[in-house]
Amino acid sequence: MSDLTSLSIAELREGFRSGEFTAREIAEQYNAAVAGARTLNAYTVETPEDALAAASAADEARTSSELGSLAGIPLGIKDLFATRGVDTTAGSRILKDFKPPYESTVSANLRKAGAGMLGKLNMDEFAMGSSNETSAYGPVISPWKAADGSNAALTPGGSSGGSAAAVAAGIAPGVTGTDTGGSIRQPAAFTGICGIKPTYGRCSRWGIVSFASSLDQAGPMARTVRDCAILLEAMAGFDPKDSTSLDLPVPNWAAGLSSDLKGKRVGVPKEYRIDGVPADINALWDQGIEWLKDTGATPVEISLPHTKYALPTYYIIAPAEASSNLARYDGVRYGLREEGVKTLDDMYAATRAAGFGAEVKRRIMIGTYVLSAGFYDAYFTKAQKVRSLIKRDFEQAFETCDLILTPTAPSAAFALGDKSSDPIAMYLNDVFAVPASLAGLPAMSVPGGLDSDGLPLGLQIIGRELDEQGVLNAGLAIEERAGFTAKPKRWW
Amino acid sequence: MADASAPFRIKGETGDWEVVVGLEVHAQITATASKLFSGAATAFGAEPNTQVSLIDAAMPGMLPVPNRECIRQAVRTGMALDAKINRSSRFDRKNYFYADLPQGYQISQLFHPLVGEGEVEILLDEKDENSAKRVGIERIHVEQDAGKLMHDQHPTMSYVDLNRAGVALMEIVSRPDMRSPAEAGAYLRKLRAILRYVGSCDGNMEEGSMRADVNVSVRKPGAEYGTRTETKNVNSVRFVMQVIEYEARRQVEVLEEGGTIAQETRLFDPDRGTTRTLRSKEDAHDYRYFPDPDLLPLELDDAFLEECRSSLPELPDSKRKRYEGSGITPYNASVLTAEVETARWFDALLEAGVQPTQAANWVVAELFGALNRLGKSIEESPVSPSQAAELLGLVADGTISGTIAKQVLEIMLETGEGAADIVEKRGLKQTSDTGAIDSEIEKILAANADKVAEYKGGKQQLFGFFVGQTMKAMQGKANPQVVNERLRAKLD
Repeated sequence: MSDLTSLSIAELREGFRSGEFTAREIAEQYNAAVAGARTLNAYTVETPEDALAAASAADEARTSSELGSLAGIPLGIKDLFATRGVDTTAGSRILKDFKPPYESTVSANLRKAGAGMLGKLNMDEFAMGSSNETSAYGPVISPWKAADGSNAALTPGGSSGGSAAAVAAGIAPGVTGTDTGGSIRQPAAFTGICGIKPTYGRCSRWGIVSFASSLDQAGPMARTVRDCAILLEAMAGFDPKDSTSLDLPVPNWAAGLSSDLKGKRVGVPKEYRIDGVPADINALWDQGIEWLKDTGATPVEISLPHTKYALPTYYIIAPAEASSNLARYDGVRYGLREEGVKTLDDMYAATRAAGFGAEVKRRIMIGTYVLSAGFYDAYFTKAQKVRSLIKRDFEQAFETCDLILTPTAPSAAFALGDKSSDPIAMYLNDVFAVPASLAGLPAMSVPGGLDSDGLPLGLQIIGRELDEQGVLNAGLAIEERAGFTAKPKRWW
Repeated sequence: MADASAPFRIKGETGDWEVVVGLEVHAQITATASKLFSGAATAFGAEPNTQVSLIDAAMPGMLPVPNRECIRQAVRTGMALDAKINRSSRFDRKNYFYADLPQGYQISQLFHPLVGEGEVEILLDEKDENSAKRVGIERIHVEQDAGKLMHDQHPTMSYVDLNRAGVALMEIVSRPDMRSPAEAGAYLRKLRAILRYVGSCDGNMEEGSMRADVNVSVRKPGAEYGTRTETKNVNSVRFVMQVIEYEARRQVEVLEEGGTIAQETRLFDPDRGTTRTLRSKEDAHDYRYFPDPDLLPLELDDAFLEECRSSLPELPDSKRKRYEGSGITPYNASVLTAEVETARWFDALLEAGVQPTQAANWVVAELFGALNRLGKSIEESPVSPSQAAELLGLVADGTISGTIAKQVLEIMLETGEGAADIVEKRGLKQTSDTGAIDSEIEKILAANADKVAEYKGGKQQLFGFFVGQTMKAMQGKANPQVVNERLRAKLD
């Protein structure tokens, strides 16, 4: 039997359907791979029986005409998604052992399409982090190593670090991620895989542990653009249980894929040329522009004048929403409760002190501060206004271009521990990712090449609202031209 | 009884004081069987924690979805109060920690309420149209109720019942337009009547579906507003009036002793009829209100508003005017419209084709008296409007006298038989047979020769005595007009 874990989802699907191999064989190989890669700390829970059960169902239904689009495909699910009866902790001690009696809409959609679950994927606590180091389970270790001989353990990025590492290490063919301010795109870039954050509202947020409601969006991460399209199709869709969900049909993105960008104008925002970005990254960006030209697209310089305010704006809005969203973790109804205290207030304080990690506490403090009487207008109201300006920047830019191409992150993966004592340096990871989040636009990262240390670098494509197809097509065009086939050398 | 037109004054050492009252009424939207943002039931008196959805318990990843019917009822209520309906409104989060508040925030509307300014007309004296006064409504917003703590279930712990958590409330905020306990009482009763006409709230204060926060301040007549106190959660009209009376006197006492009124929240003690400090302004929470990012702005379209308006019933004021227009006295009209059930019953009676003034008199004097004796409400009346119409018809066409009608009503209440049947079976028909009447008159005059002499000697008032004797002898069945005529013929 060949190594099925090296195949893309599209290839697995074809092989399974044609009877070349069974879904059970896929699941078994992946279960074994998962069990053999625990050093990476990518999974917080392994659910091999779940993957096998879905595989058996797929094998039985193989010749049926109602076979789901993901029948026979086992996936990893980020720990932020509620999975019925399976630990769902958002990477936090405060939700230790929490097993929801419900399934998130997105993971339920994937199951409906026939997918099985390999396990839950490690992540930064409550999706707050860019290195996976804030997880209560400890950091995920990237399967990649720098070619500098240091052998340092690298970050897979975050917050969807477990998701990214799993795909890169071949212990999941595809995974779910969530992106609030780059949490799909930055780890995808760090690990040499593809990831797309769709337009805000495309995927239901129901059953996803909330971080910042106005920004949170689920999306897929996988090895190829086509796999992302296949997964996103299954994940997306209107959900009456989420008031912010878009009541629109889900396009057939995979079938619509085309790398012919003739006539498309690709915007290159001048504000994204910032100091301190390694030359490799800017070189890849220039290369990306050339690749898109090669597909028939025309590059145009654009301006997104409020870009420099995006990060500060994000770090007001996201913590503000988070400070309120995380108030429910109070020890009263579920999750951790610290006993041995006298009053209700003491119980709250002790539970939250013990249950939340330092970064989550920091953001709750920031959020509480910016919403406080006397500071609200100066911070929160101002940030909302700037957010509107950032949205308008994009609207105006899209009058002269159809897509925007930028680097995904301002650096390649760094060593674990490198930035954990400097929150600002950590926040800067998302400097290119955050504007599209604030504007609610679809954006994806595709691998473009390796830097001088042999680490993957990603290119980001930002599209118009609802134009996931355009984003995926540009991603495909880059993928075809970049010919990125590098894989981490197995050391685990 | 005090003159309703004289202003209410607290007599202090330093002269008269005026009391200024504003009310925030929390009215539960009882028209819907489910909560504001969840499908859980809202029945009163259910076993603890049996009406709690995943949303109400604030499980991780759960999202609120507005219940359209709650919004509709609040809009209809606003329309009934002649208020401005805001086509676009928003939900905000009011953040604070308490064990009865699972989300750690209450979803309310601070910045952009659903309903704007309106007004309520109150009558301080039901018999006097000139005693009308208008009380301004500042706004109505919709919000979630909290759960309930139970302190009597365990020696050292408090239990939480989340049945009420998430129940839809309308907060109806008045202007500080009331100047006496009586005005506040009239306002509350009127508001309650309107809510019950509209059907949005059952107005049941004992079950907590209506309760008021009472804002009271005092001032010298004509002076600026004084500092107010807010007494929370007062749950009867009588208690609200007691709070105002007590608070006004307490404040006058404090001020006259040279003290100042602290802006604070107070609690009412119904056993003692007093209020006490709950928390001072310094201890007031910083609620960190901000727009709820889980919910989109609430946009109301023309069709929705039109449906709300066209589904409104005739409201108490217009109904009262209609009754008065058909000759019913202002007092009767006011009594008949005070409760929606009475008005509904009376309208059914009118529809059965009775003469309005006669019917109004009969309902107010006869039916209310009878129901009172039976301890029944009008909804429980053993006599239906159509049965009553039959009875009144018999009086109107001279078949029976008013006196006999009282007897017939008693029999109807007792046996449930129809009026015509009773009159027929028991031979209660009124007679105009002059032969029979004359023969009784002869007997009475003969037996009372002395009184006849007195009458003829000028004691005119004895005429009534002869009428009474004749009616008695005829067992009430004689037509009083004929009796009068025949007596005059014999005596004058």
